[in-house]
Amino acid sequence: MSKFGAQCKVDASLPQQMSEPLPVTIIGGYLGAGKTTLVNHLLRTAQGRKLAVMVNEFGALPIDEDLIEAQGDDLISIAGGCVCCTFGSDLSAALIELGKLPVRPDQVVIECSGVAIPSAIAASVTLLEGFAPDGTVVLVDAETIRTAAIDDYIGDTILRQLADADLAVINKADLVDVPTLSALESWLSDTAPRAKTIVSEHSKVPLDIALGLGATPIQSQQMGHADGLFDSIALPCADPLDGEPLAKALTDPKLHITRAKGFFDPIPDGPRKALHIVGHRWDITDSPPNAPLGIVCIGVKGQFERDLIRKTAKEAL
Amino acid sequence: MKTTVYSAKNIVTMNAQKPDASHVAVRDGRILAVGSSDEVATWGPYELDEQFADKVLFPGLVEGHAHTMEGTLWRYVYCGYFDRMDPSGTTHRGNRSIDTVLEALKAAEAKMDDPDSPLTGWQLDPIYLDNKPVTRAQLDNVSATRPIGVLNASGHILYANSKALELASLLKKGVNHPGIPLGADGLPTGELKGPDAMAPVSVHVGMSGSIADVDERGLRDFARLCVRTGVTTVTDLAAKLDPDSVDMMLRVTGEPSFPACVVPLRFFLGLSPKELVPEVARLKKLSTDRLSLGRIKLVADGSIQGYSARLRWPGYHNGAPNGLWYVTPEQMLELYELALEAGLQIHTHTNGDQATQLAIEKLELALRKHPSNDHRFVLQHCQLADRAQFTRMAALGMSVNLFANHQFYWGDEHYNLTVGPDRALRMNAARTALDCGVPLAVHSDAPITPLGPFFTAWCAVNRLTRSGRVQGEHEKITVDEALWAITMGAAHSLHMDGLVGSIEVGKRADFAVLESDPRAANPEEIKDVEIWGTVQGGRVFAAADV
Repeated sequence: MSKFGAQCKVDASLPQQMSEPLPVTIIGGYLGAGKTTLVNHLLRTAQGRKLAVMVNEFGALPIDEDLIEAQGDDLISIAGGCVCCTFGSDLSAALIELGKLPVRPDQVVIECSGVAIPSAIAASVTLLEGFAPDGTVVLVDAETIRTAAIDDYIGDTILRQLADADLAVINKADLVDVPTLSALESWLSDTAPRAKTIVSEHSKVPLDIALGLGATPIQSQQMGHADGLFDSIALPCADPLDGEPLAKALTDPKLHITRAKGFFDPIPDGPRKALHIVGHRWDITDSPPNAPLGIVCIGVKGQFERDLIRKTAKEAL
Repeated sequence: MKTTVYSAKNIVTMNAQKPDASHVAVRDGRILAVGSSDEVATWGPYELDEQFADKVLFPGLVEGHAHTMEGTLWRYVYCGYFDRMDPSGTTHRGNRSIDTVLEALKAAEAKMDDPDSPLTGWQLDPIYLDNKPVTRAQLDNVSATRPIGVLNASGHILYANSKALELASLLKKGVNHPGIPLGADGLPTGELKGPDAMAPVSVHVGMSGSIADVDERGLRDFARLCVRTGVTTVTDLAAKLDPDSVDMMLRVTGEPSFPACVVPLRFFLGLSPKELVPEVARLKKLSTDRLSLGRIKLVADGSIQGYSARLRWPGYHNGAPNGLWYVTPEQMLELYELALEAGLQIHTHTNGDQATQLAIEKLELALRKHPSNDHRFVLQHCQLADRAQFTRMAALGMSVNLFANHQFYWGDEHYNLTVGPDRALRMNAARTALDCGVPLAVHSDAPITPLGPFFTAWCAVNRLTRSGRVQGEHEKITVDEALWAITMGAAHSLHMDGLVGSIEVGKRADFAVLESDPRAANPEEIKDVEIWGTVQGGRVFAAADV
């Protein structure tokens, strides 16, 4: 823990953050779509965020060896304060165990089995005190998805997975040509209607896109985005505002916001609120007291429309 | 070398070379000779034991698909609809209304000392009770202060009272889960459907972990049920087999008075195929006379009445979406290949016909890579297979263990709701399996339905549903075929037909001790054959004494 003293100090100065439920991001998609590669990528780019990765019990140990610091019976310690554990038929029990860890993780990442239905996993997460689903990321193998989606055996399972996606990641995009890729994007707009679609190679999805900005989005944004693949904008929210029309406006697909999170004071007067956006879905919940005002929106560089977002936000209020 | 000769009214051997005998000689727990008293005497001096002089000795029955956790469940309140015998031999009257269920729970509650300890019930099946789920309010009448949880007969639904929901932080508005119905007040009704919905509450109603895995006392209790039902070899079809559990099973089954051979299959969970296969090969070497290890259980899909089985077109009769896969086709193939290569057997749970089809296709591929003449991979349940599938199974050397009891307990449901009249006729198609040349066993899946191979045989012979309809006349099998299925058939499915399943020289001295010859029973009475007890490995166990 001493290794990451700086990070812990930030946490310690914000004790109010402890009251927020642990955000749980679900990573789904069929076998071979790149889920495990994504998990390892997130662990490599966690930059001090303490991720608790939960992997289903069917697979071989999914964590790259160089990331592993220590391996216990139930828990693997990973560089950067992250941990990994497996779950079998009882995900809830595994999450409850996770909640008892001496060091509270910042975020939970669940890597589903290839045949799991993400919405079922999200529903179980909602039943557990202290945890809240924070987006479903479904990976798609650009080369094989269209064939797999009409497979007699697993086609309907794959379509159900996509229908649950908040973010659909077209992975292995380097293996297909441009027309195939754009056909795939248009197919996904029907197949994964709730999802914002992004394109990646080797599962290199920016951490903040896949997992959001963490408990303190404004601070995270100020730390900058190392990989330069995406862009963000902070809406200050100094004055009280009506959250619902703002949330609806910001989820307009034209804005290309993949995720947004932040805090605002509501109209009519009331306790501070938190806004969460993942893909086309939004949620307004109670905020921890004294959370810093401001909402950070992020999106993929090149699509993201800063000016349009500012204008839309202004009009919505 | 002591030899004991048992005389009997008749010895039904299930060995066609000598189907009947009057005497059987036992030495070192094995069968030395079967025949007349003169024939067995040719082996030299013996001690004659005439305690079975008025009994019929039958091969010890083999239950090829059960779960030993039934032994643990009997510590909870029995809430089932049908009369059912517990390990002590007491038959619990079936509860024919919700009121009698609640009275049974109240009676048990009144006997409890600790006001905070949970009250747990099992085997409730509202399908038979106007099909209305039990509510939180009804259970609150039993007790509002202690947590109560009652498990549905399927094992996949839990009914909880307010206190249990409160302890799980679920007694609140805004719960949004497909498995948790809400009442008019916006609060959960108490019905929790599916393992995910059950999990947060299970721990508060005394079902943490213990429900899935048998414990020491549960294993002993389950073995007592085996004696009462004539079973001498019993599977535990989905065991986790962690080191503690293996140690416990080795110790308990090794006790001199433990009356059965237990065959636990290692569940495919927690290890990848590449890790699982060597682990099961390692376990196999730990096997003893009463604990036979070294087989793998793979679950392909869910259940038909839970609408989670994978069906081919036209899918569910009531329009429910197709069910769930519990394994990817790729993992199934990988596991099949590795197990064939290592010479380990896999039993695959397939309920729906699409899951069956997948298993057949993947095994065909795996066999091309690792040809194996006698793998006997078994499809367990395999409830909806059609003739074409049985034909392919025979061609590939597969066996089947059909869930014959389902026809009686849920046959009407299948006809009306799940699969409709056409496919209900072919469910658990034992006749077709035999006609196609697929080696056949039939099972109870205890605790889902009661352990009792003669009842299971009765189901396969008569194909009666609970409402009294014959469902699938063509799929009936004869009494002799059914008796074969619960002895030699089930033994064959475990590669144990050289060891048990018939009364034959060289085999283990495992007998079911009966009051009458089941071959002589009317087909509709075969379930009523009276069982005195068993002989297992030459040791005598009277049901009255266990």
